[in-house]
Amino acid sequence: MSEVEIIGTPERTVTRRKFIMGVIATGAATSSASYLFKGPQPLLGALMAQGSVERLITLNVNGQQRRVDVMSQETLAFTLRYKLGLTGTKLGCDRAECGACTVLINGVNSYSCSVLTHSVRTSDIVTIEGLEAEDGTLHPVQQAVWDEGGFQCAFCAPGFIMSMVSMIEENPNPTRAECAQALSGNLCRCADYDKILTSAMRAAEYSRQQA
Amino acid sequence: MAEKLIGQDITPPDLHAKITGRAKYSEDFKADGMVFAKLLSSPMPHCRVTRIDASAALALEGVHGMLTADEVPQSATGEQCLTNHPHYEGEAILAIAADTETIAADAIELVEIEFEPLPFALDPLDSLRPGSPDARVEGNTRIGRNFASFKWTQEDFDNAPEGSMPMPDDVVDAEGELVEGGQRWTQGWEVGDIEAGLAEADLILDETIVHQSVSHHPLEPRSSMSYWENGRLFMHTSTQSLVQTRNGVARGLGLDIEDVVLIGEYCGGGFGSKISGSPIQLVPALFSRKINRPVMLRITRAEENYLGRARPGMQARVRIGFRSDGRITGLDFAALGDGGPFGGGDQGSSASTASLTYTPLNMRFRGVGVFTNTPPKAAQRGPGGAQIIGMLEPLMDKAARQLGVDRLALRRLNAPDPDVQYGPRGSRLSSVFVKEAIDLGRERFNWEERIARSGQMNGSKRTGIGVGVSPYTAGSSGFDGLLVIRPEDGIVEIHQGCGNLGTNSIPDTARAAADVLGVEWDQVEVVFGDTSRHLPWSSIQAGSQTTHAHTRANHAVGLDAKQKLQEIAARDLGGRPEDYETSDGRVYRSSNPSQGMTLARAATRAVELGGRYSGEEFADNLNNMTKASVTALAGRGLVAAARDTFGSQGGLQSWVVGFAEVALDVETGKVDLVHFTATTDCGVVVHPRGLGGQVLGGAIQGMGIAMSQKWVFDPVWGVTFAKRLYTARPPGMLDIPLDMQWEAVGLADPGTPVGAKGIGEPCVGAGSAALTSAISDAMEGVCLCRTPLTPDVLLAEIEGREPAYGPLDLHV
Repeated sequence: MSEVEIIGTPERTVTRRKFIMGVIATGAATSSASYLFKGPQPLLGALMAQGSVERLITLNVNGQQRRVDVMSQETLAFTLRYKLGLTGTKLGCDRAECGACTVLINGVNSYSCSVLTHSVRTSDIVTIEGLEAEDGTLHPVQQAVWDEGGFQCAFCAPGFIMSMVSMIEENPNPTRAECAQALSGNLCRCADYDKILTSAMRAAEYSRQQA
Repeated sequence: MAEKLIGQDITPPDLHAKITGRAKYSEDFKADGMVFAKLLSSPMPHCRVTRIDASAALALEGVHGMLTADEVPQSATGEQCLTNHPHYEGEAILAIAADTETIAADAIELVEIEFEPLPFALDPLDSLRPGSPDARVEGNTRIGRNFASFKWTQEDFDNAPEGSMPMPDDVVDAEGELVEGGQRWTQGWEVGDIEAGLAEADLILDETIVHQSVSHHPLEPRSSMSYWENGRLFMHTSTQSLVQTRNGVARGLGLDIEDVVLIGEYCGGGFGSKISGSPIQLVPALFSRKINRPVMLRITRAEENYLGRARPGMQARVRIGFRSDGRITGLDFAALGDGGPFGGGDQGSSASTASLTYTPLNMRFRGVGVFTNTPPKAAQRGPGGAQIIGMLEPLMDKAARQLGVDRLALRRLNAPDPDVQYGPRGSRLSSVFVKEAIDLGRERFNWEERIARSGQMNGSKRTGIGVGVSPYTAGSSGFDGLLVIRPEDGIVEIHQGCGNLGTNSIPDTARAAADVLGVEWDQVEVVFGDTSRHLPWSSIQAGSQTTHAHTRANHAVGLDAKQKLQEIAARDLGGRPEDYETSDGRVYRSSNPSQGMTLARAATRAVELGGRYSGEEFADNLNNMTKASVTALAGRGLVAAARDTFGSQGGLQSWVVGFAEVALDVETGKVDLVHFTATTDCGVVVHPRGLGGQVLGGAIQGMGIAMSQKWVFDPVWGVTFAKRLYTARPPGMLDIPLDMQWEAVGLADPGTPVGAKGIGEPCVGAGSAALTSAISDAMEGVCLCRTPLTPDVLLAEIEGREPAYGPLDLHV
């Protein structure tokens, strides 16, 4: 780009909305503020909270029936974290890119940031808090991570661990490459992948021993 | 005698909370009456806010108020936490708090706001063209401390060869004095005589290099929650450091540090972007004071993309002269650094890193840090070093090929010896074992066997072999250690004031104190993460400082505690203090181990004796913060506190040497990473498994620099295209080699009692450079001299097509 065109529209004052529309017209996408609980674009003024009615529903979380008021557009991650106090489920990207919010829905690892709570009313949900036994015994996957010293900052750890649980359920005897494939929906920015893969292999081994 | 803890694999105690979901990061906290804030951020790269009407927003049910730029600490030229003069897209303008985040987001939509757009600059080189816009109304760079609008002439641009970066000389008069308007560079130094050095060379490479800027993107965004009680601020925040961040917050808000309680037990990554906090964390603190409620500001990934900092990009030109044996006779490095709106770029540290890595016989550096209206730049693991190593290593290969010498031998020939003097001031180092690391890597990587595969085709894939030799700073000194031996159970409580961002520094450096006392790890408790827990003055958790700084501080406090234990034993049991030894939870007479007492008993005696044994008195050379902590702990047990006064034998640098094998698909441009080996000189290994995580994790971050992460801007509107993880993707599990290994040289640094140096920084350059070098090898020696090397960039070159970008474009 050798020459930069200086913005010098005849109208020197623009509103935020006009600017956004201009940008959209050029093919770029923007959101001036980003909104977790809305679509990728704010609908240019459409309000979400107003008129949104909470309904009391029952969720099966970690083997317990939890009664909770839920908005129609509410994500499972939001319900878990802010209404049920299960903050072990993390929000890393808000948009199904990083996997930090991974929970099990009927045994399948799922991004809870991208699941509407109302859609899982009849499902079994397991979060990181639901893995430990009541007496404090770690789940074999947690034990494997502990023994291998996996993860650094560990913000991604709950999501990875839930994916490992789901992976082992489906494939109790994975290769390292299969582990990488199964866990590729989770991102670790410390990139401690080597130890995470070693932990996953050990987790599968512990799970086989227990089974 | 207990086995030394230094050197063992010990799972860090905080991992249990991390894997059970109990670990609370900043946005996991909740306080009574807490409300959520949302930001209104700038939609354009440079503008002034001309009108704000928030009446409809503030009338919305559930809204508690607004915080504007007029209500935050002002800075005429620096960065504010909220501003009416945004210098980049995504800069925060105002915040609104409401009962829920959803209502706050709705309220933001109801704010009527108008802007006056201002000229903007995205690309440093473009901003030096005559008549081009500056990123700031004050100019596009600083000369000394003053802002300036700094331009090159059209002739300077015209004189550069096609596709090369201009490298104009200052215009001087007959006496060698700068003529009016003759300045072409704002920074620089020369060691030796660059022209003479190049004249001596048998081969000169003259190359233009372009390094993108790279977001940090820690997985935890910089969220923060604050409330006030009786004029004291309580802040839960995501920060790399702890006591140093508390200082930063206190300074930022004009508070006494005693009036700031900072809670940061866990930090979800920082990589340099959260060293001592960041401006945005002041918003909930100020907002909370204004509306008298706890305020949570949860930063989303999209906001983090802008607010979260990035490694500065660079446009540069190098001229490198090689003797026929590969020795570098001259290195001429001229660089423009992308400073973002507030900074100055990394080119200065790039220059000194190049000087240390290749020890050129003559070297010149010239640079300009250029402001741009792009998200703010900050240090990122190996700042400046990772960029220059990633760019220069493939050029070492190019020279080795042309001269017919072994690529690894060329690096070893130019690598420093322990007596090296480098950089503009002839800096000396405490220890240098890079040649040992190169030799170890040659063996572990099976260099001879793998290099024989270089260029082989397997179907459509061509094998490339690469290497990156990467040094970086590795420690500071002069901080304090603090520990308490508890009377009730003899547990050694080791207090640590650095941060917990996943490097394990807190438990790992505590081992140094435990080893002096000879206690087992289960007799140790580490106290950290909350400034109200009486912590010592500690280093920032950045720049690979803590391993060195806090093994020293903890070694010092271990010695202080041991001395006190020996004195107490001698006083009660007879003899001289030096007749006593400590280990296994006891202090006992060396000649008769049955004669002694437990640490619990000694701690009880310390409380009874008082004075310097229990913290009522302490050394005067301690930092005031440590003194306050000792005073608060006085009487709790045997209290030891000491400052690291061990002295030094020179600066600290660690090395990582990365070796990569890749397979480039010449039909698609995709690069498969087949294998990676890293070897390191970081002194004594404190925690092998933790070290492996740092070395390989850092190297993978470097691979993201080499292969995928980037910024792309719309040149008309100046807004970003590549703004989410999937459009500027950091490496995932399928992007890395499954086959990775590492090994440390393990030779002690002689200038520090434990012998350990830091390691976080140099890994990144090693990973990035090993890949740029391997990819260039797989391209049959063609060096594109730019990053990221995405498939489209590679494929255009393979197919001989005109690339979709200009040769000097930074944001591709």
